[in-house]
Amino acid sequence: MSLMKTLAAATATIALTAGMAAADPALIFDLGGKFDKSFNEAAYEGAQRWAKETGGSYKELEMQSEAQREQALRRLAESGANPVVMTGFAFGDVLNQVAPDFPDTKFAIIDMVVDQPNVKSVVFTEEQGSYLVGMAAAMASKTGTVGFVGGMDIPLIRKFACGYAQGVMAVNPDAKVIANMTGSTPAAWNDPVKGGELAKAQKAQGADVIYAAAGGTGLGVLQAAADEGILSIGVDSNQNYLHPGKVLTSMTKRVDNAVYDIFKSGTDMTPGITVMDFAAGGVGYAVDDNNKDLITPAMQEQLDKAGKLIASGTLKVHDYMSDETCAALSF
Amino acid sequence: MDFATLIQILDSSVRLATPLLFACLAGLFSERAGVFDIGLEGKMLAAAFLSASVAAVTGSVWLGVLAGIFASLLLSGIHGLAAITFRGNQLISGVAINFLASGLTVLLGQKWFGLGGRTPPLTGEGRFESITLPFADAIAPLPFIGPIYAELISGHSALVYLGFACVPAAAWLLYRTRFGLRLRAVGENPAAVDTAGVSVVGIRYSAVAICGVLCGLAGAYLALGLAAGFGKEMTAGRGFIALAALIFAKWRPWYALGATMLFGFLEAVGNRFPTIELGPIAIPSQFVQALPYIITVVILAGFIGKARPPRAGGEPYVKER
Repeated sequence: MSLMKTLAAATATIALTAGMAAADPALIFDLGGKFDKSFNEAAYEGAQRWAKETGGSYKELEMQSEAQREQALRRLAESGANPVVMTGFAFGDVLNQVAPDFPDTKFAIIDMVVDQPNVKSVVFTEEQGSYLVGMAAAMASKTGTVGFVGGMDIPLIRKFACGYAQGVMAVNPDAKVIANMTGSTPAAWNDPVKGGELAKAQKAQGADVIYAAAGGTGLGVLQAAADEGILSIGVDSNQNYLHPGKVLTSMTKRVDNAVYDIFKSGTDMTPGITVMDFAAGGVGYAVDDNNKDLITPAMQEQLDKAGKLIASGTLKVHDYMSDETCAALSF
Repeated sequence: MDFATLIQILDSSVRLATPLLFACLAGLFSERAGVFDIGLEGKMLAAAFLSASVAAVTGSVWLGVLAGIFASLLLSGIHGLAAITFRGNQLISGVAINFLASGLTVLLGQKWFGLGGRTPPLTGEGRFESITLPFADAIAPLPFIGPIYAELISGHSALVYLGFACVPAAAWLLYRTRFGLRLRAVGENPAAVDTAGVSVVGIRYSAVAICGVLCGLAGAYLALGLAAGFGKEMTAGRGFIALAALIFAKWRPWYALGATMLFGFLEAVGNRFPTIELGPIAIPSQFVQALPYIITVVILAGFIGKARPPRAGGEPYVKER
């Protein structure tokens, strides 16, 4: 009889846990796709880390077209997923409409600020990370000309470019920064052929370090730079391993940490704006076995110094999105 | 703009124009035989995917090219079956092929390699190396001719030269052979060809097959020559630009060379100069990128000559009503 009781109790416990587990978190990837080796993949890694540590499960969805956004959000919210996390600025408008319809569901958006009582907005100070890799680029460049290849021409990518140019100018005020955007439609995130051509065109103009902030297009930039024997800088995830010894560094944006933290806090997530800056480890640059010979001790010292100033707030890097202007670079 | 810059831009134009040229000639054969093909994009995409997959697994670039041609031919076969044998709507069949390729490439890529539809990056033998033509190093120091030969003409991958060779070959095939005459006739007046005792269906299938081979080469060049592997949707609308070039070229092989080179040149200029400063006016790169489409619209509106499509284009041939 007591055995029966224990069993019944165990069953009840399991049932209870199962009931709680119904509020699985959900993650929606933007058009770049889950395995873009960059922004979305970082989010995926964060979610995977959470799943491995807690043994929990989560729902995920990959956007295939612009038209799916609202539908996807509503479907996930209706299915009881909580919190619902989405990557990318493009969800901003849609979330602003959908969030009030589901007051009991919590949403989190990365890379965009949405002002709703049940939404957490996570933004990164990409200009700070880009500033530091810009310094590294200027120090590694022998020609005094460096390049930037952006994906779709949106304010967020200009923010990367502007921070980068400021970092370059801080080291070498006479340096030339060549900036190209791949296009003005979402197709610009997935055109490695054009990325490679842009890198070759920049090399022809003298650039010997090229920073790619372009999702899948950036892989073409890194490939072309490696083929042409010049250096490149990866973005979002650590991309140093793609071409060991040919990628100077990567501007890391810890989207994985952001997703991990949100998943971990679960439904207790506090809405509001979270700024992941350099001091908080939200952005930075990657140094590992693949590029440790490229970052000389002198460079490391300068980067550490600038990093401290940025972290303490003494050195302010201009944010393009604050006023849509950039003194260091004209677009 | 100095001479060296011009050479670099032209060099880039040739690279960017080659996939357009293959695709444009592919469309030319199909449409001249009366089968409209807006599935060029999908065929290129499928070819790029399978060529990159096979090259990644076998490490052989030429096996990759063959696989790419095979993938493209397969889709051509579907298009032929739907449009010729079953007399379906050619545009709808083409759209279906685009969707099929777009979805299937990512699905199979994820299944085979688990990299989210991407193929593993290609290295060494798996990619096209640039070919240095004979005497390139010897001629390079010469003024004017040197850079043109050593940098512009030499140093491309094998498929670029093949692409250029395809233009006179296509012109010869279309205008100097019996097969070419029949192919053009099938696109203009299939009933007359049928009356002469020649199989309309047979000629149309051959044209669609040639289209498949050329699209396969276009896709293989994208994945194995320009990039190092396949990424989802990597054709990025090039199949549609090739269609625009085909209209611009008025369905003629030599004009197709000119049209695709012009489009490649415009893209290269857009890449090199994000904004073009003409005195007080700055032209944004978006305008230069849009130029191919603007030119095509102008052509279609009839401002620069008339682009007359093959008369029987788009209509399945029915022997008896």
